[in-house]
Amino acid sequence: MKPAPFKYYAPTTVPEVLSILKEHGYDAKVLAGGQSLVPMMNFRLVQPAVLVDINNIPDLSYIQNYEKGIRLGAMVRHSQAEHDSQIKERVPLLHETMPQIATTQIRNRGTIGGSLAHADPSAELVAVTTALKARFKIQNLEAERWVPASEFFVGLLMTTLEPEELLIEIEIPGLPSRSGWSLKEVARRPHDFALMGVAAVLTLDKKDRCQSARLVYLSAGDGPLVAEEAAALLQDQEISEDLINAAAEKAATEEIDPGSDIHATADFRRHLANVLTRRALAEAYQRAKGGK
Amino acid sequence: MENTFAISVTVNGTPYQRSVDPRTLLSDFLRYDLGLTGTHVGCEHGVCGACTVLLDGEPVRSCLLFAPQVDGHEILTVEGLGTLDDLHPLQEAFRETHALQCGFCTPGILTTLLPYLEENPNPTEEEIREAISGNLCRCTGYQHIIDAVKLAAENMNP
Repeated sequence: MKPAPFKYYAPTTVPEVLSILKEHGYDAKVLAGGQSLVPMMNFRLVQPAVLVDINNIPDLSYIQNYEKGIRLGAMVRHSQAEHDSQIKERVPLLHETMPQIATTQIRNRGTIGGSLAHADPSAELVAVTTALKARFKIQNLEAERWVPASEFFVGLLMTTLEPEELLIEIEIPGLPSRSGWSLKEVARRPHDFALMGVAAVLTLDKKDRCQSARLVYLSAGDGPLVAEEAAALLQDQEISEDLINAAAEKAATEEIDPGSDIHATADFRRHLANVLTRRALAEAYQRAKGGK
Repeated sequence: MENTFAISVTVNGTPYQRSVDPRTLLSDFLRYDLGLTGTHVGCEHGVCGACTVLLDGEPVRSCLLFAPQVDGHEILTVEGLGTLDDLHPLQEAFRETHALQCGFCTPGILTTLLPYLEENPNPTEEEIREAISGNLCRCTGYQHIIDAVKLAAENMNP
């Protein structure tokens, strides 16, 4: 037995989950896909007294269109999102992100909601939902609330989720016309945790100037790191190679806050951020120009 | 904390009923409770791929599932592929091309490839490398595994 003992619940409805969470508070952990939680339990880094398995709740695996974009139930698995034609059409950045997340075996189990609630700063979905200004529906037994991605992630593996709350839905608006997007990352091995990555979203006005830009980094701090000053450099400007280089330089040297570890030094991560930002912005710009 | 959970699961076509401690990993359940030791346990945190089995036809890490989670589901392990006298064409191709040395990673690679080749009958070398990127092999350098997959694809879809 690798994990420490726990009491196992397998509820089949959301209200059941919420009442178990209310009863057990901080002693309980929600088991979604388990692709991050179970490794931590196997190492006994996490030892919940109560495990609430939400894999038997069929109502949390939907993918729906709404007028502005896509709504995903929290238990949509990565492989389900990866092959969904509505996501491909309406939120292409998310579609392109999916195959870059972990391996096939992990994507067959891992869930969108689980990855977001885990809030690993090296997770692609954490950066991408922040870049796309997604918002999250959260419930407890008494009420529901909506939290924008920009306020949901509050620190290393930390979110605004309270122990008695459950993440229910992820709402991702589509991008305006004349928008381009890109996700670029570097990992030592394909599908391993990225040493550095950036999600770029760019929208052009009628004169081909930058109407809005967003750069969000993964593995660059304690949470998704939004480079606001670099984006401000682009604002209302005509996009050029020099401007892209200046924005990349600003983000990489002044805004991100990567750490050093066995995999890469902070300096190397800053170097990667600079190069990846240039590539991501160039691709996003091309796509924005192409998509009238 | 005494708490057991009764599960019914079909493994390689055979139904089993067992009572388990919920913290039993599926990999350990297969090996210890059912005696199916073909599923190998490597890293036990979802990196190496040695413990890959098919859950309702999809490759998953059996070290990252608890046994109660497969209640009512179907599992296929490497024992469900072929027998010594009647190897699956994929196994035959691995033997033919010397695609294993110690063999520790092989069950996980076979179970990963089984549904993959059904969906992708003629993969390119690059696609094969992508398909097995979730499985570590420390002996072969992968080249002979690639050869085996190409051969298996030919033999399975003549």
